[in-house]
Amino acid sequence: MYWNEPIETLSRDHMHALQSERLKDTVGRVYQNVEFYRKKMQELGIEPGDIKTIEDIVKLPFTTKKDLRDNYPFGLCSVPKSEFVRIHASSGTTGKPTSVPHTRKDLDTFAECVARAICCTGGTKEDVVQVAYGYGLFTGGLGIHDGATKLGAAVVPISGGNTRNQLTLMQDFETSILACTPSYALFLGEALAEAGVDPKQLNLRIGIFGAEPWSQEMRTKIEESLNVTAYDIYGLSEIMGPGVAISCENQNGLHIAEDHFYPEILDPDTLKPVADGTIGELTFTHLTKEAMPLLRYRTRDLSSITHTPCECGRTSARMSKVCGRSDDMLIIRGVNVFPSQIESVLLEVPEAKPHYLIIVDRQGTMDTIELQVEIDDKYFTDEIADLEKIRKKIKQKIDSVLRIGVIVKLVEHKTIQRSEGKAKRVIDRRHI
Amino acid sequence: MIIKQLSVFVQNESGRLMEVTEALHEANVNISALNIAETAEYGVLRMIVDDIEKAVNALKDLSYSIKVTDVLCVEMPDVPGSLNRVLKALLSVDLNVAYMYGYSNDGKAPLILKVVDNERAQIALKEAELE
Repeated sequence: MYWNEPIETLSRDHMHALQSERLKDTVGRVYQNVEFYRKKMQELGIEPGDIKTIEDIVKLPFTTKKDLRDNYPFGLCSVPKSEFVRIHASSGTTGKPTSVPHTRKDLDTFAECVARAICCTGGTKEDVVQVAYGYGLFTGGLGIHDGATKLGAAVVPISGGNTRNQLTLMQDFETSILACTPSYALFLGEALAEAGVDPKQLNLRIGIFGAEPWSQEMRTKIEESLNVTAYDIYGLSEIMGPGVAISCENQNGLHIAEDHFYPEILDPDTLKPVADGTIGELTFTHLTKEAMPLLRYRTRDLSSITHTPCECGRTSARMSKVCGRSDDMLIIRGVNVFPSQIESVLLEVPEAKPHYLIIVDRQGTMDTIELQVEIDDKYFTDEIADLEKIRKKIKQKIDSVLRIGVIVKLVEHKTIQRSEGKAKRVIDRRHI
Repeated sequence: MIIKQLSVFVQNESGRLMEVTEALHEANVNISALNIAETAEYGVLRMIVDDIEKAVNALKDLSYSIKVTDVLCVEMPDVPGSLNRVLKALLSVDLNVAYMYGYSNDGKAPLILKVVDNERAQIALKEAELE
């Protein structure tokens, strides 16, 4: 089922031509209107005329989060402020905030991409979509909201949190599609079990989850606890929000809305493009964005791309599930550790709950990594020897995957904070 | 006799145990015997209480990991050699004691113990005239 069949099944040749045309247009606009890009291009000795096809994109300068901060709020905008109809922003928890303005057409594109995405998961106007993403400056809530509205589905704009109410409305309104972060979906599944509601009695059939990395094992757990088929939606506010890419029923990667966002995968060290199938840093260039078009924006998300045809009929490039962030990576005793690796292991151990907290510290010159986990109630035993067996089993599995020694600590049920948005999984106490 | 024991997972940090006793106090539950098995990070609090259902509900509401286990309570005479007789009886039927706790007062010495097979233990203890 397609929302926009001509575009979603466009031949690669036609897509190439469309992307080349649109890139030329975008480069022309930013060169003329944005001093930041004009200067960068002049430093690199290139002019808009040097960009003839999409392959010429490698000549263009990169954009980073720091560039967005340095040019906050509107330094990178290509249109006058009067053309803005909405301004999203990041919370700025790690420094200065960043802003992302949209024109009327930008928001139309946003809604179009999200409508395509929901349609790709099998959603129709008959569906009731419960939007449990946060509403506000974060693009998750309003993004899915507008797309589902465009699709003609019934939107329940409940936003994140208020779990009891989520469950009530899910039953009363016969919600068929749930959209939220995967960690919140997991939490809702637990809450459902605690309330004694059989997920099979719900009308839920589709889950659209994104905004944080999640593992295959987490998908299985969510699908079981909520009785849904889970789809991975990808996006970031700097580029648009959810709907930049979406997984289809074949679950073999996420279809990128390539007519609007041109993807590249770069080697994080050399910043050179890598071959299809190789993991690297995902980078996007806006092809149609009006308010604040970005060239080669480095997302810090790690993924790979393939252009092989998908059985669903869509011809777009597909990105692999994001497997981590180049800046979330912890370096512990010289070893690269991704929280997602730990999550995958925990989901394979039935005795452990999938909620965890990683505490990194330094004793003397030695980095330590402590993993706090909760034992699943079903496996709690009153004999220390058995509890220690479980603890050692978790430790052995984690150690063998990470290849460094981890301190595994069993903690009381519910001491690890459940998240209603993006989960806080790592506390780094090292002062280096 | 077989009785119900309530076990609670508690982190080995100051104040954690009191949170449990606070909850039991509020639920008006009386504890008649208890034991704690501890590691550096956590412990298992095992208790014999007067109203196990009330205790279970009170702790479940607070999301504690709990377990109700059937354990043996043996009322031994408070004389030298009683515990030795109990263990001998259990050994005769090949039963290992996972854990136990007890005290003596007023000529009686109740002993609470956990084995893998309560029935087999009871038969052995009856034969040794301890049940």
